[in-house]
Amino acid sequence: MKNRSLVSINDYSKEEIIRILDLAETFEAQPRQEILKGKVIASLFFEPSTRTRLSFESAAMQLGASVIGFSSAATTSVQKGETLNDTILTVSNYSDLIVMRHPVDGAARYASEVAPVPIINAGDGANQHPTQCLLDLYSIRKTQGTLDNLDITFVGDLKYGRTVHSLTMALCHFNTRFHLVSPPELKLPSAVKRHIKDAKLQYEQYTDMSEVIPKSDILYMTRIQRERFPDPLEYERVKNSYNLVNSMLDNGKPNLKILHPLPRVNEIHTDVDSNPMAYYFQQAQNGIYVRQALMASILGNK
Amino acid sequence: MSDKRKELIVSAISNGTVIDHIPTENVFQVIKILGLHKLSNPLYFGTNLESKKFGSKGIIKVSDKYFEPEEINKIALVAPSATLIEIHDYEVVRKSTVTIPEKVDKMVKCFNPNCITNKEDVSTKFTVLYDEAGNLKLACHYCEKNTSKENIVFI
Ligand SMILES: [Zn+2]
Repeated sequence: MKNRSLVSINDYSKEEIIRILDLAETFEAQPRQEILKGKVIASLFFEPSTRTRLSFESAAMQLGASVIGFSSAATTSVQKGETLNDTILTVSNYSDLIVMRHPVDGAARYASEVAPVPIINAGDGANQHPTQCLLDLYSIRKTQGTLDNLDITFVGDLKYGRTVHSLTMALCHFNTRFHLVSPPELKLPSAVKRHIKDAKLQYEQYTDMSEVIPKSDILYMTRIQRERFPDPLEYERVKNSYNLVNSMLDNGKPNLKILHPLPRVNEIHTDVDSNPMAYYFQQAQNGIYVRQALMASILGNK
Repeated sequence: MSDKRKELIVSAISNGTVIDHIPTENVFQVIKILGLHKLSNPLYFGTNLESKKFGSKGIIKVSDKYFEPEEINKIALVAPSATLIEIHDYEVVRKSTVTIPEKVDKMVKCFNPNCITNKEDVSTKFTVLYDEAGNLKLACHYCEKNTSKENIVFI
């Protein structure tokens, strides 16, 4: 993986994914190691995403790397009309690795083709966000002790949620049984279901989450956005059916954990937060270790 | 109409290639994809010609030009039923058909308006896929979205 960009989770084989997760465990045990001392990491956020940016930057700094970059395109030459090609080539002169977030789909793949230094995609439009996927996998493995043979339930907007698509594809390596809960308008796209079928795995679709909670090892919640519905009345009709409240977890398995890519709005009631099944805040914390593992691995220090 | 008159609708060529059975509305697209309009070779074409198989068809004849399979297969997206006839000295020496390629580069626009190829000066690249119903789709190398056959727009 040395010097190789990570643009899409599909760029990594099952073995490479596991290698990153194993390495992330060593960083969880010891997050502060000066192994990237002297390295410069560029953090280019062409659109703001404070949560992801701070996670990457903190991860890099805890390993002793220096961080340069910008947190929105508004103050840079990008706003003056500089092409992505020129920005990436310029920044490549100053850095060993570029972490980038960009509002345009495919921007990271293109950057990885023009840049002489490796790129980590921190989200390209509606397309990919592979470090979110790795931290989800890490969280699942950590809470369940394995990634294999689990019952994983996705709830909410399965049509537009890129984290759901990437995670589904990655889980196809691990003999997952998929349970897909969504309003009919927001079902998982057929291209993603095809991955499940190609992996010879099973999925079931539901419109109500209560029946599936007792079978689940992981409940992965996502936000349903009003603007996804052509008819606002339809949104009003379904919006509360995909909100989780604590009482719904009474017949959950003891190992059940609730995940969410954050930020949440009201799809998980705050009364769930104190339930030991709630894992979404720790999940975000795991992002640091996974990003440390990635940067160390790509820069060849681990 | 006699066979002889049919032959004369588009002039016969002594040496070169005849591309027959092109959907009539795609003749100009085929010329563009193959860059025939940039050549100095004599070029003849016809549209809205009678065809037993398709009702109407287009035909292109280009003198002193022969195509490698990877070059001619580029037209398979617009003319999957095209027949290729190589002519040497007024004789047909070879007939072949076109095959849809696995990769389609710099020919088709990505359907996704937010794709980098529609935002910056980046050439498109697609992998050809088929869905479960057997319909052709083009998977964008950059945004990873599929452009279905009915949404294909040529550059
Ligand atoms: Zn695209």
